[in-house]
Amino acid sequence: MKKLTRDEIAARVARDIPEGAYVNLGIGLPTLVGNHLPKGKEIFLHSENGILGMGPAPAPGEEDEDLINAGKQPITVLPGAAFFHHADSFAMMRGGHLDICVLGAFQVSVTGDLANWSTGEPGAIPAVGGAMDLAVGARQVFIMMEHLTKKGESKIVERCTYPLTGIGCVSRIYTDLAVIEVTAQGLVAREWVDGMSLEELTRITGVPLAAPQRQAIA
Amino acid sequence: MINKIVASVEAAVAGIEDGSTIMIGGFGGSGMPSELIDALIAQGSKDLTIVNNNAGNGEFGLALLLKAKRVRKILCSFPRQVDSHHFDALFRAGEIELELVPQGNLAERIRAAGAGIGGFFTRTGYGTELAKGKETRIIDGKGFVFETPIHADYALIKAERADRLGNLVYRKAGRNFGPVMASAARCSIVQVNEIVDVGALDPEAIVTPGIYVNRVVRVSRAATLKAVA
Repeated sequence: MKKLTRDEIAARVARDIPEGAYVNLGIGLPTLVGNHLPKGKEIFLHSENGILGMGPAPAPGEEDEDLINAGKQPITVLPGAAFFHHADSFAMMRGGHLDICVLGAFQVSVTGDLANWSTGEPGAIPAVGGAMDLAVGARQVFIMMEHLTKKGESKIVERCTYPLTGIGCVSRIYTDLAVIEVTAQGLVAREWVDGMSLEELTRITGVPLAAPQRQAIA
Repeated sequence: MINKIVASVEAAVAGIEDGSTIMIGGFGGSGMPSELIDALIAQGSKDLTIVNNNAGNGEFGLALLLKAKRVRKILCSFPRQVDSHHFDALFRAGEIELELVPQGNLAERIRAAGAGIGGFFTRTGYGTELAKGKETRIIDGKGFVFETPIHADYALIKAERADRLGNLVYRKAGRNFGPVMASAARCSIVQVNEIVDVGALDPEAIVTPGIYVNRVVRVSRAATLKAVA
């Protein structure tokens, strides 16, 4: 069994983003998806700080303090980009105008609950940013994460034990082992890595997975 | 003749009282009115409540206001950053109160204040600990949380260009919270890179009309960049 690298997960997510989509990539791992968007398709990246049409990182020396992404890294804008104020930006997010957002996660439950903003540890400084707005506002919420924690525990769980970001908001989960859809009937494994059986994936994941049609992950 | 332009950043922040609620524009350093914040530190008012997306980072602007222990409470969405050490230390010592607000609620609560809206129901945060104790309602089968407006005594904002009437245009993503904060504060104070004649700003392109702006001061971007470096 060969796990996907972070870039391979990003490339797999990118394949499911269609031409014309308005997309928000969360901070951290999801930012990598931007490097794998197909060159030939017009896809519009939204940044919560008031940008549609975000482009790649600038060349060294070309950074502009007023052109940053949600993670506060320098970016560029593409021809046709637009700037708008924060309430408009979050109206796009909360009003169901974004086709897809890609977020990281600590845990996702079998019913699509998401926990990604706080580990709830005492003394930890909480920070939520736009995660709760994206979770409830985007038409589809894709989660991109490692399948297991560093301790080897599944991040896909019966019920989230970390503080929730949103309830029943996740559409699809992309991990280093599998692509799993959240449906009204439960989790459905669509693809998983070569060299692993559905039984093994289910055992590692620790929750029931249906699999009407297995495909090798590419 | 109306002239909202003041001669200095000191004049721009004059009269800010102890205990004021102050909105400060910016997303990280982008759009942060650092020179106005420096002037506020020098002006000396204390026991402030600050509204900003973050809680200061590095060694400039909002971080220095916190370091000077002039802030009693902060409302923000994302205090934790790699270089938010001044906030982190105050928070751990119990010397600052934090109201953590999801970013879209922060923007919309500010907008609501400016628009005279008494509150709104939003799906954001429903069922989470950030909605604890708040009124909820099921609308079309989905859970919503009631959120109230955030008003301020003052707003400190950075824009790119203004005229003497207070009409504003911004620069790129530095716009962020500026327009909604300008509408939600009793007195909006703006630093701009450039002041132009009345009529020079295209009415089709003015982002914040002067009705929302009380004081304008020129701080050239060259000076701003020098200060950050």
